[in-house]
Amino acid sequence: MSEIAKASATKAGPDLRVDVMQSQLGRARGLGSAKSGTHHWWVERVTSVALIPLTIWFVIVALRLVGHTRADVAHWAANPINATLAAALVIVTFHHTQLGLQVVIEDYVHAESLKLPSLLVIKGAAFLLGLAGLLSILKLAFTG
Amino acid sequence: MAEFRLPKHSKVKPGRTFPAVAGATRTKNFKVYRWNPDDGENPSTDTFEIDLDACGPMVLDALVKIKNEIDPTLTFRRSCREGICGSCAMNIDGTNTLACLKPIADVKGEVRINPLPHMLVVKDLVPDLSKAYAQLRSIEPWLKVDTPAPPDSERLQSKEERSQLDGMWECILCFCCTTSCPSYWWNGDRYLGPAVLLQAYRWIADSRDERTGERLDALQDPFKLYRCHTIMNCTQTCPKGLNPAKAISKIKQLLVERQG
Repeated sequence: MSEIAKASATKAGPDLRVDVMQSQLGRARGLGSAKSGTHHWWVERVTSVALIPLTIWFVIVALRLVGHTRADVAHWAANPINATLAAALVIVTFHHTQLGLQVVIEDYVHAESLKLPSLLVIKGAAFLLGLAGLLSILKLAFTG
Repeated sequence: MAEFRLPKHSKVKPGRTFPAVAGATRTKNFKVYRWNPDDGENPSTDTFEIDLDACGPMVLDALVKIKNEIDPTLTFRRSCREGICGSCAMNIDGTNTLACLKPIADVKGEVRINPLPHMLVVKDLVPDLSKAYAQLRSIEPWLKVDTPAPPDSERLQSKEERSQLDGMWECILCFCCTTSCPSYWWNGDRYLGPAVLLQAYRWIADSRDERTGERLDALQDPFKLYRCHTIMNCTQTCPKGLNPAKAISKIKQLLVERQG
């Protein structure tokens, strides 16, 4: 009786059945390089840097608008510079969010059956929320 | 999902206690992880009370003393006892390091000793590193050239070219960094880990190597390379004072650079 078979036979011992016999090198090479990831990584960095000035600008502007009437805010949004920056903030924020959440899911969710649906959900949600934000700005800017 | 709890058979239980010999005045407790693959028991932490006046200065000296004088079944790897072989890598006082380079005096209170984190354990303090070695093999850590070597001399490097390898040739592959990396804990089956990526960059940065592009192609992958989230545990823990995080960021820089 081999050592492993003996160990499996002991009642309290852990189950030592071997269910992967692929070589370690075969496993390490896996499916090979996806030859991608650089774009994702780079855009994540670019958007995070872009968000620094955009967020600071928006916080200052939002504080200044506190207490003003809806007409004042619509007037503010009618300025093309304000509308452009606000739209940029929304687009960049939601793009950055979905890039970042994708990494979180890839880190922690390993079951392929759960991973792909989660990725689709966060990307879909980020897209819809971003679109809603964008349309709200446009509506405010064009129709008041 | 990533595993955040130890499996039932891996929960560590309290173990035996070995008091110091009578008459010892200056003693320190060593709490050592024990696991025997043959007895079907859970791992346990044994406590060894060591007379520091009869022990060398390093943690490895204490482990050797335990094995020689107290419990010969204690199992650990060691060879050079001077920080050049990388065998005695383990987790001491919560940090991965080499037992031979870690002074006992640097540890306040009891000395907790565990195997390298999140690797399969062979026995006691011996981790199974076969996956990490295979990952090293997968990046093909050898010179790849098409130009034949000069018939009467070695392949030359300028001083500047040679200096590009400083901070990398010193790596002894103890895998302290790789096993300190949370990203490697969660995704070690696909992420190559800091030690292997530092070696990959060592060949990318070598002026004599002629397959730099191929090497970058092989690394450009969301998991093999980009699971690195710049957590910096690797650089903080390296017992040789190297900077794997910097090597990884150099690889990322080169990948951006070659795009345009």
